[in-house]
Amino acid sequence: MHELSIAQGILDIIRDEAEKNSIERISAVRLKLGKLTAVEPSSLSFCFELITKGTLAEGARLEIETVPITGRCAQCGREFTLEDPFCNCPGCQGLKIDILTGREFYICEIETDD
Amino acid sequence: MKVSVVRNILEANEALAQKNRKLFKEKGLFTINLMSSPGAGKTTLLENTVEALKDRLRMAVIEGDIQSSVDARRIAKKGVQAIQINTDGGCHLDANMIQNVLAHLDLDNLDLLIVENVGNLVCPAEFDIGENVKAMILSVTEGDDKPLKYPVMFRESAVLLINKIDLLPYTNCKINNINKAALKLNPKIKIFEVSCRTGEGLENWYKWIRQQTKKK
Ligand SMILES: Nc1nc2c(ncn2[C@@H]2O[C@H](COP(=O)(O)OP(=O)(O)O)[C@@H](O)[C@H]2O)c(=O)[nH]1
Ligand SMILES: [Mg+2]
Ligand SMILES: [Zn+2]
Repeated sequence: MHELSIAQGILDIIRDEAEKNSIERISAVRLKLGKLTAVEPSSLSFCFELITKGTLAEGARLEIETVPITGRCAQCGREFTLEDPFCNCPGCQGLKIDILTGREFYICEIETDD
Repeated sequence: MKVSVVRNILEANEALAQKNRKLFKEKGLFTINLMSSPGAGKTTLLENTVEALKDRLRMAVIEGDIQSSVDARRIAKKGVQAIQINTDGGCHLDANMIQNVLAHLDLDNLDLLIVENVGNLVCPAEFDIGENVKAMILSVTEGDDKPLKYPVMFRESAVLLINKIDLLPYTNCKINNINKAALKLNPKIKIFEVSCRTGEGLENWYKWIRQQTKKK
């Protein structure tokens, strides 16, 4: 799957951030990953471990926070968490739900023990 | 020490995609990113589309595949330029791969560029290549539960072609279930029910493409 090229993207970004902040070793990376993305966390962790060997992030923890899918009912305005992308509104059974969160995919923090 | 970052992981790809998009816009080119699982009928749809529109629109095709140039040859046989990209195991095309082959195309003299993405219902949906619209194909032989299993692609696509409707009598696929689920995920999705074998429904697809290229 595409987790390897994504892991490469993560490495590129944290290298850049490490340079900007004069960090020599990265011990942890935190990401937000929405449930509505086609990215598999365990596969991503595996690829990250693989691709960081011999780099400044070797052995770094990859902490992935999954962001639930939330939406707002277009009919009654209620906001709620969708167990899956097909849920109806629990308030009025409305079918049209505007998605609010779930597409996140970004790095929010890096950590160093230096 | 903790450093807060907030950077989109796909930022490198997205920056290149925006560059492609800008270039397509300057050249007045309409671009479609065509996605589906392997065998749903992408290349067959393109063969038909080229045949039907090549006298009215100046078009080219980029073929993405893990390996081989079979598909590009199928399209070239129909008489338009076709460029093959081999991803060498990669499960999707990205904006960089597209940028790398654009030099082979005479963009000033094109109205329509269609990109056949790598056969895969998951990964291509995550990677913007700078297209105007994402179109996806689901063939009825794949079953009507696919929107449930692959919601991301249905959400990201502006167009859904339900292909192989000539085979409906031989499957237990309920086309209405596909329509309902797709519209639920994406109320704005435009749906065409087609058969690339018999040609049924394809006129509407051609008409839609011609309308889109006129807007450019
Ligand atoms: N019965 C039927 N077969 C089709 C139709 N469209 C494509 N096929 C067949 O499906 C197979 C895969 O098609 P192809 O275009 O290569 O799929 P791709 O992998 O998505 O590019 C080929 O054998 C096609 O002839 C259709 O509408 N009906
Ligand atoms: Mg093909
Ligand atoms: Zn409601």
